[in-house]
Formats: sequence, structure tokens, C-alpha cells
Amino acid sequence: MQEASVVHDPTSSPVKTSKPRNPLWHNTKALIGLGMIALFILVAIIGPWIERYAPNAEIFIPGQGPSSAHWLGTTALGQDVWSQLVVGTRVSLLVSFLAGIVATFIAVLVGIASGYAGGWIDNILSILTNIFLVIPSLPLVIILSAYLHLGNWGIIFVIAITSWAWGARSLRSQALTLVQRDYVVHAKLAGQAWWQVIFGEILPNMASLVVSGLLFAMINALLTEAGLDFLGLGNINAVSWGTMLYWAQNSEALINGMWWWFVPPGVAIAAFGAALSLLNFSLDEITNPRLRQRKVR
Amino acid sequence: MFLVKRASFYLLTFWAAITLNFFLPHLMPGSAVGAVMARAHGEMGPGALHALELAFGVNVHQTLLQQYGIYLSHLAHGNLGISFTYFPEPVSQVIASTLPWTLFLIGLATIISFVVGNLLGIYAAWRRGRPLASVLPIAFTVMAAMPYFWVALIFLYVFGFLTGWFPITHSIGTEVTGIFHRFGSIMYHATLPALTIVITSMGGWMVGMRNNLVSVLSEDYVILAEMKGLPEREIVANYAARNALLPAITGFAMSLGFVVGGALLTEIVFSYPGIGYALYQAVTNQDYPLMQAIFLIIVTAVLIANFLVDLLYSRLDPRVSND
Repeated sequence: MQEASVVHDPTSSPVKTSKPRNPLWHNTKALIGLGMIALFILVAIIGPWIERYAPNAEIFIPGQGPSSAHWLGTTALGQDVWSQLVVGTRVSLLVSFLAGIVATFIAVLVGIASGYAGGWIDNILSILTNIFLVIPSLPLVIILSAYLHLGNWGIIFVIAITSWAWGARSLRSQALTLVQRDYVVHAKLAGQAWWQVIFGEILPNMASLVVSGLLFAMINALLTEAGLDFLGLGNINAVSWGTMLYWAQNSEALINGMWWWFVPPGVAIAAFGAALSLLNFSLDEITNPRLRQRKVR
Repeated sequence: MFLVKRASFYLLTFWAAITLNFFLPHLMPGSAVGAVMARAHGEMGPGALHALELAFGVNVHQTLLQQYGIYLSHLAHGNLGISFTYFPEPVSQVIASTLPWTLFLIGLATIISFVVGNLLGIYAAWRRGRPLASVLPIAFTVMAAMPYFWVALIFLYVFGFLTGWFPITHSIGTEVTGIFHRFGSIMYHATLPALTIVITSMGGWMVGMRNNLVSVLSEDYVILAEMKGLPEREIVANYAARNALLPAITGFAMSLGFVVGGALLTEIVFSYPGIGYALYQAVTNQDYPLMQAIFLIIVTAVLIANFLVDLLYSRLDPRVSND
């Protein structure tokens, strides 16, 4: 539980002696990113109240452009694009959050175990991490989901399994330097148990790296899920941003000039991804003072 | 020593990939062979059934270990099974005809994105505080979060469909003769797919270079070089950027993985006859032998590319080979 609270608290960056103000609230990029994420979460929660029609009902004149009745037009099957976009927010956000959290959890586990334990445990975990790093994840996810016929939960699991390695590597190298710090050595000498050292001394000091890894994993999960859905490897009857693009592509929306069908889901994915990367970018600036100082040459 | 270590690591990874490939048909709910035969609608004879069992390494009369041995020996002989999507072409033939296009596309896009991305990163770090230098990293971080295939769709729609400036499918014109004409046609067809990959993958290089360079710029030797009054160009090129480039090269492995994934989807959107398009055919037709072979060839290509980068790295940074 303690760990989860650390993951969700982006402000608890490395312990500093004096912090006059919370830098996160004074960084425009971070604010924009947080605001956009909040907006998407809001849409996902209140979706059923703001969708205007049943998302899968094929009851309208097919292929209409945007109008006051259909803000984003209708699909070639006569569905309302706006309603699909709103409802699709749920699946896409859910997969992104859950797969991101699971991947980060594995990364924290492997990274800290590797860096803290050292020796042969470190060797084996590092080899494993490097194998997962070097095997391209999208092709792996594609053949896994093609073979195993996965549902949403399976896809979340597979995305997490194939995307933890990047985070694990950066957390390991951070843990390696942290275990040699004086305060960690002191904590050990003072007779603290390993879990006290890890949760009390090491983890809080890599919180910013964990959050950055989480944001990165969420972007990756968002894009991977969209790609899988686009290939028709997800649940093509569920409405998500990726499946909207799948149906648009399969109905040759492009050749028929139905831009209102394939542009909005991509904009939604890109906007949510952009919000996550803006937050990540500003986190980098806040925690790395060298990136912050401005010098005009 | 460094290279031997790396090579043995890649061999281990390769072994992991082929072993995973062997186990996949076993993990599948139902029978992979049955699924393939059912999909082929009787177009494949009883001989194909046996061939498929061999290719999958599935045979009810053998132990798992025996199946694994047979699977490995078939793989060693380049026998990857039969694809029914491209029936009667064997899988190895399909790969031989599609792989060059993908290598060309990814190679071209990676080189352009590496060069341009790093140059922009140098600019963003060196001229930090200027408006353009502040906007560039943000713009490209945001662009890196866009789905590759959607960027491809937009490019295809705007530059292919609406304006008609670029072809919307294939990798080369139908009736082109003469070496220059062919080359021109190939580059013309590759423009939009390559641009898609460059635009979405450049940000990683750029932000990496910028952040490294910002750190390097505060090193003593850079400050000394400035105080000596060396020209700016020389400080950036010979003192700062060289050292900032090394960490970027070690990040190549991960970045290549992303580019490969993105290129697969990009090819599908542009109907570009590379390995990604073949993978799409395999997935939509549930052509498992083809899928597996493509996965294996992608992994192999990525491992070889990584080893080449390691070779380059050991030349650029001799310290790694010494310990």
C-alpha cells in the first residue's frame, strides 16, 4: 500500500532540505498535462451522460459529415462518431492506466531486487531485463495476442509483460547508486530490516523515476493497445479509439473522404499521449536542475 | 571481450525467441494445425498437414523434448513451413521478397531521424533559452506520443488522397525501367512512409541529445574550451556533442524496437510490401506459420542491428573493450 501511494505522488521528488514552493504547480507544461489528463478521466467517468446516442446503434444515415445532430458525423455503418469517441475513452484509458501500473510494478520489483540484492540475483535479472529490452515489443505483443485470443485483461497483461524492462533498467541503476549512499548504509547498520530499508530509504528517493517510468509505460500501453485494436487483434466489437480506427480502415473511410471518422480517435489518442508526455517532460525539468536553469547563448 | 560478451548475449536472446516461438502453438487454446487447416478450406493437401505439424513442432506421438529437437533442426535448415496466405509459396520465399523493402524503409528512416534528431538536439541545448530551442523539445515529445499508424493515415489522406502529390500504395511504380527511373520511383514511393517514421521517432533522439548535451556543457573541459576562445562550432562539434552522443548510442536498442513496431504499422497503412504488411496478412488470415517466421526474422534482424551498433560503439568508445 505504501508503495502505491508513492507511485501516485509525483511531488515527493528526492528529499531536499528546503523547498519553498511546490514546483509542479508552477510549471505550465505540468499544469497543462495534468489538466488534460483530468479532463480525459472526467470524460471516461461521466461518459454515459454525455454520449448522445448508443455508440453501437446503426440507426443513422451512414457517412454523414459533422452536423448539429451528429457533432462528428456518422460512420459508414450509421453509428454516431461522437458517442463512440466518448465511450471509447473508457477502454483506452483503462488499458493505459492498468497496463502502465502493472508494468511499473514489475519494473520496481525487478529494478530494486536487482540493485539491492546484487550478486547472482542481479546478474540473472539484468539478463532477463536486457532480453526484454532488445526484443521488439510490438511484434511480440502481436503474435502473443494472435495466438492466445486475448480479451481486454489478457491484453493489459501482455502489454505489461512486454514493457517493464525499460523502467527496470533505469530503476536498477538508480538503486545501485542509492545502496551505496551513507544514509542507506547507516540504516542497514542500525539494524533495519531489508523491507524497512527499501520502503523507507530507497523507494522514496527514486519516486520521481518511478513516476516517470509510469508515465512512459502508460504512453506505451496506450499506443500498443491502439495498434493492436487497429490490427483487429483486440475485441473488435468493443468500442475503443483503436477499434474505431480499425472499422474506419476496414470500411475505407479514407478513400471515401470520411475524415470525421478516422481523425477524431487519433486526435484523442495523440492528445492523451501528449498530456502524459508533457507531464513527463516537466517532471524531468523539475527533478533535474541542470535542465531547468536557463542560459541564453 | 566486450564484443564476445555482447554476441553471447544476443545468442541467448535469439534462443529465448525461438523457444518462445516453439511453445506458442502449444499454449494456444485448441490446435494450431487444425486452425490453419480449417482456414485453408481444403486448399492444402494431406502432405501440408504433416508439414505444418513439423513446422509448429507439434506431433501427438512425440515427447515435448523430441518435438523441440525436430523443430530446431528444421529451423536450422531454414524450413519455416508453408504459408497459406501466399500458398503455395513457402514462408521463407515470402520473407525473402518482403524483408528487403522493410530493411530499406527502416534503414532510411532511422538514419534520417538519427541525424536530424541529434542536430536539432544540439541546437536545442546550445541555444537554450531562445524561443525555438524551448519549443522544439516540447513539440517533438508531443509528436512522439502520436500513434504511428494514425500519422500515416493523415499523411496518406492529405498528401496522397487529397492533393495527389504522392502515391497511396505500393513501393515502386508498375512500369518503370532503367536504373535511375527505378531508383526515383522507389524513393518517391518511400517518401511518405519514411516521413511518418522520421516524424514520430525523431523526438526521442532529440530530447536524449539535448538532455545529455546540457549536462556535458557544464563540464570543466567545455568551459575551458570556451575560455580558450575556441570558435563555437568547434566546441560543440569536437568537445560537447561527441561526448553527449555516446549515451544516445547505447539507447539504440530500445529505440530500434519502437521504430520496428511503428514501421510495421506504417507499412500496413501505406500497403507497402514489406514484412509489416505480410504480418498484417498473416494476422488477418490467422496464418500462424507466417506470423511466427516473421516474428523470428524481425528478432534476428534487430539482434544483428544491435550487434553492429555495438561494433561501432566499441570503436567510438575504446574504454568499453578494455575492461
